[in-house]
Amino acid sequence: MHVSPLRVYLLIFSALMVLTLTTVLVAFQHLGPLNDLVALGIAGTKMTLVVLYFMHAKYSTRLTKLVLASGLAWLLILFAFTLSDYVSRGWLGVAGK
Amino acid sequence: MASPQPLLAHHFDTLDQQRESASLGMWVFLITEVMFFGGLFIAYIVYRTRSHAGFVAGSHELNVMLGAINTVVLICSSLTMAIAVRASQLGDRRTLVRFLVLTAILGLTFLGIKAVEYQEKFAHHLVPGPHFAWHGTTPGTVQLFFSLYFVMTGLHALHMIVGIGLIAWLLPRSMRGRYGPDYHHPIECFGLYWHFVDIVWIFLFPLLYLLGRSEHV
Repeated sequence: MHVSPLRVYLLIFSALMVLTLTTVLVAFQHLGPLNDLVALGIAGTKMTLVVLYFMHAKYSTRLTKLVLASGLAWLLILFAFTLSDYVSRGWLGVAGK
Repeated sequence: MASPQPLLAHHFDTLDQQRESASLGMWVFLITEVMFFGGLFIAYIVYRTRSHAGFVAGSHELNVMLGAINTVVLICSSLTMAIAVRASQLGDRRTLVRFLVLTAILGLTFLGIKAVEYQEKFAHHLVPGPHFAWHGTTPGTVQLFFSLYFVMTGLHALHMIVGIGLIAWLLPRSMRGRYGPDYHHPIECFGLYWHFVDIVWIFLFPLLYLLGRSEHV
């Protein structure tokens, strides 16, 4: 059983707060498509911090880590296949139409 | 420690194995939740790319200040939850009870702010249905945006309500000293659930409130 020092929790908490402030401030700057990338990148970073430290994934067994990674992989399959369909619609003409 | 049943269930060899099984099972459940919310997230992304203008216009109707405050409230509640789990690992009953209560209070604060936001949407006729009113262009896609907004934040709020109910269930047991270094997986698994709900909001906030903020409507 891993017991994290309080210092670690406070450090992660501070990082999450700074990232929240950053994402709000950046959202109002005119960066074009970078706006979306920064917003999702920061959300992904916050998720990683919560999963690794607050949810103790960093200190869990290899089996748990494997289950986590496979869950993430399936989510990416859902996203990738759905988007590859919707994004590519209309690229090719339909014969006979 | 007074416990009504043996700490180690008969089908496990060691306490460690029992604890790891419990948290692994919880993770598997959370992955089904990830897939469930994932479907809504991809629906939002697909409709957003196809109806960009309406979604940007919809985003501008949301209150960024309240959304950001709620993000801070939820991150604070994750910190208090992490400290509560740590207290249960150490067998510190006082801290466990205090921080569970704090977590529930922060959860209720989140729901209160959310209720204020919903009330604003009702007052401004932005709730999809017969009373929806939009005077700009693309009323259809703005209504679609608000449909997704209410479904996603509503399901998230439902998870928060369930979480607060679970705290109400865990509290009396924590007060009685049920959880300690040898047996704390109910607290640990609940902590995983609470952090997961926080993560859902970590993505909902930028997707619904922030994307398109720098663009003109």
